[in-house]
Amino acid sequence: MHVTSSVRPPLITGGKTYADVTEDICRQVEGKPTKEWKIAFTISVIVLAYGTACLFWTWWEGLGVWGLNKTVGWAWDITNFVWWVGIGHAGTLISAILLLFRQKWRTSINRAAEAMTIFAVLCAASFILMHMGRPWLAYWALPLPNAFGSLWVNFNSPLVWDVFAISTYFSVSLVFWYIGLIPDLATIRDRAQNKVSRYIYGTLAMGWNGSAKTWARYEYISLILAGLSTPLVLSVHTIVSMDFATSVIPGWHTTIFPPYFVAGAIFSGFAMVQNLMLITRVVYRLEDYITLEHIESMNKVITLTGSIVGVAYLTEFFIAWYSGVEYESYAFINRATGPYWWAYWTMMTCNVISPQLFWSRSIRRSVTWTFFISVIVNIGMWFERFVIIVTSLHRDYLPSSWAMFSPTMYDIGDYIFSFGFFFTLFLLFSKYLPVINMAEVKSVIRSSSEKLPAKVAGVAKGERVANPTFNKDAE
Amino acid sequence: MKDTNKRYWKGLEELRNDENFVKNANSEFAQNAPDSSNYDSLVDGMGTHRRDFLKVLGFGMAAVSLAACETPVKKAIPYLNKPEGEYPTIANWYASTYAEGGDYASVLVKTREGRPIKIEPNTLSGISKGVSGRVHASLLSLYDVEKLKGPRKGEDTKVSWEQVDKEIMSQLAQVATSGTPIRLVSSSVVSPSTKAVISDFIAKYPTTQHIQYDANSASALLDANSTSFGKAAIPAYDFSKAKTIVGIDADFLGSWLAPEMFSMQYAETRRLSSAKDGKRDMSRHYQFETILSLTGSNADYRSAVKPSQIGLVATTLYNKVASKMGAQTISAPALTIPELDKAAADLIASKGESLVVCGVNDPAVQTIVNSLNSLLGSYGSTINLGASMNIRQGSDKAMNGFIDELKGNKLGAVLFLDANPVYNHPRGAEIAEALPKVSLSISFSDRADETGSLVKYICPSSHYLESWGDAEPISGFYSLTQPTISLIYNTRQAQASLLTWAGKNADYHEYVKAFWRSNIYTQGAGGNFENFWIKALHDGVFEPGKGTTTSGGSFTGDVAGAAASIAKTYKATSSAIELALYEKVGMGTGHLANNPWLQEMPEPVTKACWDNYASLSKQTAAELGVEQGDVVKVDLKGKSVDLPVIVQPGQAIGTVAVAIGYGREKAGKSADGVGKNVFPMASFANGYLSFLPGEVSVSKTGDFKEIAQTQTHDTVMGRESVLQETVLAAYKKDTMAGRFVPKIETSEGPKEATDISLWNGHKYPNHSWGMVIDLNTCTGCSACVVACQSENNVAVVGRQEVINRREMHWIRIDRYYSSESVDSTAGLEKASENPEVTFQPLMCQHCNNAPCETVCPVLATTHSSEGLNQMTYNRCVGTRYCANNCPYKVRRFNWFKYFDNENFDYHFNNDLGKMVINPEVTVRSRGVIEKCSMCVQRIQEGKLTARKERRRPQDGEIVTACAQTCPTNAITFGDMNDPESAISKILEVEREGRAFHMLEEINVRPQVSYLTKVRNKEAAAQNTEA
Repeated sequence: MHVTSSVRPPLITGGKTYADVTEDICRQVEGKPTKEWKIAFTISVIVLAYGTACLFWTWWEGLGVWGLNKTVGWAWDITNFVWWVGIGHAGTLISAILLLFRQKWRTSINRAAEAMTIFAVLCAASFILMHMGRPWLAYWALPLPNAFGSLWVNFNSPLVWDVFAISTYFSVSLVFWYIGLIPDLATIRDRAQNKVSRYIYGTLAMGWNGSAKTWARYEYISLILAGLSTPLVLSVHTIVSMDFATSVIPGWHTTIFPPYFVAGAIFSGFAMVQNLMLITRVVYRLEDYITLEHIESMNKVITLTGSIVGVAYLTEFFIAWYSGVEYESYAFINRATGPYWWAYWTMMTCNVISPQLFWSRSIRRSVTWTFFISVIVNIGMWFERFVIIVTSLHRDYLPSSWAMFSPTMYDIGDYIFSFGFFFTLFLLFSKYLPVINMAEVKSVIRSSSEKLPAKVAGVAKGERVANPTFNKDAE
Repeated sequence: MKDTNKRYWKGLEELRNDENFVKNANSEFAQNAPDSSNYDSLVDGMGTHRRDFLKVLGFGMAAVSLAACETPVKKAIPYLNKPEGEYPTIANWYASTYAEGGDYASVLVKTREGRPIKIEPNTLSGISKGVSGRVHASLLSLYDVEKLKGPRKGEDTKVSWEQVDKEIMSQLAQVATSGTPIRLVSSSVVSPSTKAVISDFIAKYPTTQHIQYDANSASALLDANSTSFGKAAIPAYDFSKAKTIVGIDADFLGSWLAPEMFSMQYAETRRLSSAKDGKRDMSRHYQFETILSLTGSNADYRSAVKPSQIGLVATTLYNKVASKMGAQTISAPALTIPELDKAAADLIASKGESLVVCGVNDPAVQTIVNSLNSLLGSYGSTINLGASMNIRQGSDKAMNGFIDELKGNKLGAVLFLDANPVYNHPRGAEIAEALPKVSLSISFSDRADETGSLVKYICPSSHYLESWGDAEPISGFYSLTQPTISLIYNTRQAQASLLTWAGKNADYHEYVKAFWRSNIYTQGAGGNFENFWIKALHDGVFEPGKGTTTSGGSFTGDVAGAAASIAKTYKATSSAIELALYEKVGMGTGHLANNPWLQEMPEPVTKACWDNYASLSKQTAAELGVEQGDVVKVDLKGKSVDLPVIVQPGQAIGTVAVAIGYGREKAGKSADGVGKNVFPMASFANGYLSFLPGEVSVSKTGDFKEIAQTQTHDTVMGRESVLQETVLAAYKKDTMAGRFVPKIETSEGPKEATDISLWNGHKYPNHSWGMVIDLNTCTGCSACVVACQSENNVAVVGRQEVINRREMHWIRIDRYYSSESVDSTAGLEKASENPEVTFQPLMCQHCNNAPCETVCPVLATTHSSEGLNQMTYNRCVGTRYCANNCPYKVRRFNWFKYFDNENFDYHFNNDLGKMVINPEVTVRSRGVIEKCSMCVQRIQEGKLTARKERRRPQDGEIVTACAQTCPTNAITFGDMNDPESAISKILEVEREGRAFHMLEEINVRPQVSYLTKVRNKEAAAQNTEA
């Protein structure tokens, strides 16, 4: 049971009771789909259908429908892959690291953030498949016993590490998310009005009975999974960064990549969580669960990680100059001043400058600004990956092979596919599963039913003021 | 697990212990194998001789299907009667000769299961070394589905040969009896027996006159030689003896006369050795020209001159030389080009070892050049008047006379042999108009081309690989052409047709043999004729002219008259934009235009393919306000073409240059509509064909057309670990001159980059295959590119895919221009206005510490125990990580399925075209990476042959397609573990000399080394980079 000092601002406002929580969250699951949801879902499915058609044609004709060439062998495919994996970082960070650090505010957002993680990782995985020349042989990247003789995977290859890293991350995230869902699924099962949903949610709840023992096991497993996934938060993007860092290409071959990629991933992940939660918050009227405090906390994380990323950008430049390596120096001059300068400066503006706006409290606590800057951050992080991949490749060692990359409608279409896929899944999730972890949120509701006197204002009511009046009252 | 000795049986016979089976069980080969039938001679009349096409078609198809990755075998037909000398999977080679369209090459034709699959140089030839890209590509024309499948009456009516012969003979007889003239129009006939056939034809129809013309004419040179020395022939040039070479608009390494031969000779003067007593001297080459030609790119000093000045280059140079040598000078406006003074001084200094060549088709200029060569004592040393080169015999005047006759409706019959004047003659339109009026017109073209579609009868001649023939490219040097496949279509070689109509025995094989018996065998061959004939067929060549002394002649030309004519024609200064037409190294005059290999071969200097374009210098482009790709209208007195602009550093300011050989209309799907035909823009000056037709107006049309280039960045950005070059003077002092040796600072002081490594290295206990590429002898001719394409089944991707930067060539030739300035990044990126040019062939470097190998997730690319970086196509899943991580960017991805795909309608898209596929090399499927394998199929074959003979492979026995075809021997391939191999010997002396690894500091340790480029320049003239 969570006991908080009465002077702490409550995590959940509006004086919600347990019944209120159940009611508020289950309403969305149990009720008929809203008009907004239907519209959003229809759009997502149309986008998905268009993207699927593009993807089908990509696979039917070959990767030549993309804009890649002999020099630039990866562009939007791996940009999108890294971008989605990065987005997928927030979920585990919120559910695992914040759990270990006992950041209770995470309870309102971890469910949706984990769902986002899982869907983002699925999108990322789709690009792994998509970028292959022969995707039907993708299983060759797995160390499966086979009848091809002594053929095995190449454990030296960062792509194989990727396969392990992403699949581990996906499995752990999925299990973590699902385990967290079980008490809530049981709640829905218990409230279910018809046999079908009782059966479905009952099956998914796996016989949860709410006994002290199940709760204890729930707590144990959460802690164990949190412990397991904490290193994953760091390792996944570290390994993704090694796709580049272990290569010989100037602009890729840098030791700074692992921390820089992890920071960037958290940066973009939180921005995406902001985007999704802000919409959910309004549509599902969850303002009491996802309060401005939540938004502000996440904005602080965005500013911190954005600043780390900014320092990393500058460090790269310094090292390129300091190393005296001709090729690396040129790679960075070319990034900033070459034909893709616009991509570089888009990245710099979006990732380094825009999060600094959050130093202003009013911007940090403004829903509109938060939403806007989060979108900007995600655009910036997409460009970061584009800059790293394309501007490094397009002018590497031999000037004879220098080339430009420009996307075709299939590069764009296949990216759109991932959006359709992501939002379709997320909308299904938000309709059929509780978007907020009811069980955990209940645990952070103030334990006392005591209400503060009406005259008490300020922090205790969730407002922050310079001179809290309750202190005067105490006097 | 106790009893693992399970018994396996191979068939029911073994299980049953069948008596027959037991008897033969231990013999390796089945006794009842198909009997090998005996065939007595090549032409035994049975129609079943050993190269019977149809019989092997079945196997060929099977091989094609087998070769196509993951494609099920559809038609596998074994030999019922195995032809003699033909073993499945074993290649046969036949010596033959390519002599078409003004090109000559003595070749070996590699055949597999009865189909020619590769053209290789005939090393026995004394005059032809290496095979040009065009000759390689001529193989693909054999399998061109768009050729005519039999004789035609008009363009569309199919007829039989009997019918054609009957009709033509009766009409010819009619024409002959009426006394109206008959004209046989041909390009230069190099074949002495064909000339005899023509004489026979003329004997039968005496009103016949044989007219020879060349699309890229040397008529003026012939006539100038006639007046200068009394002999209307092109003398044999020998660049290898020259110390100073001056080229005046003569692209002798690319398109002038016999570029492969000249390249070989030229390279001999450029080869250096860092050995203790090695050759440290090289020729100095000056080039004065309008376009930046391949030859100009190789020159030590190059000056851009406008077409209107080109004649004055000859006179000014003459005057400078003559005044110093005390000879009579001539009066003509003087040009002030500093290089002219240097050239004159060097020419005089190397008197007797000088050579001035000129490609201007103007007898006055040629006379001056002859006189200059005579003054310098070149005749008898670098020029042999005693031997004539027969590859250009065309007379512009005779051809013009023919066209006038044709227009005057005076002709009774016209025959076109190896000629397409409607397309490739400036007055083609006039011919096209007049031709239908002639009552009998015949073309021997293999297709209804621009001329063929207008004649009454097309009697398609067979491809040279299906034909008999001979050639005498230089007097005293004979070679034979023999068929390497039975007729694919119902064609008949032109000589047989002419013989038939002349009433002779139409067996041209017998005719050639008889001709050789009476004319060539007699030239001191000795021995029995049959043996001589078999040996000549085997060797492909018979060269009684070899070793004859070089003879000179006394110059009797009219220098003053020539000077007066030049003074009248040429101007020292002109401000107008002038047009220059030129011939491209790959496409030539366009007779092989329907050839996807040639179309896709990047032009060595511009790196552009699948097009011709208007080249402008940077300054002229800026003045006209146009950029690369802008379509401009080039208007020459009313004749105009719309072409995209290419900005060409090194081109003369105030000129626009356009290549001939494009804009075919009736050649086939790969050629039609590619580029524009500019032959009509060529003019006649005093009756001589001029590719410098004068002033034009160039105006912007507002359209844009992207040019397909395989390289779009022109400069090397001052990267010394990529390109290492120096000047001769510096090299003489220090063989390491120009070398870049990267050092890395460590706590123990500076170390060589290659001394620091995380790698364990590889052990090569047996062989270590490697290559050395001499940047000094590589002229950039790109023959290796097509050779590799042919050997390794490299797909053709077409214009749009080249624009998309997805060409598949396994070997490319990087061309770098020197930068405008080395002070800033922007300056480095821009090529200078008249740049130094360097060519650098690049294929997979077979790194020992290969970045591609570590990153492949599925081990599709691995290292062999012989130093090769191997690519396993069927393991590749296509992540392209290896290609990204390749510092040399030599890996190629199959973006699409390039075979059986309507979007890539080249030879891989039809069954006949696929006959060219090398069955030893997999045709790659969609979605996999491919790259240079160092012709691993040849290495394996060579090793197996050696093993069968219980010996080690000998040096030179195994050679890659690129090294084999290189006309200048710039590529040396071999086993670096064998201390006696040529490559080991080069590396031994050059390791502390010119040999370097590209990008040495990233320590990938390639198996390929380069030798520094050395320019024979004054050190001061070298820019600060070196």
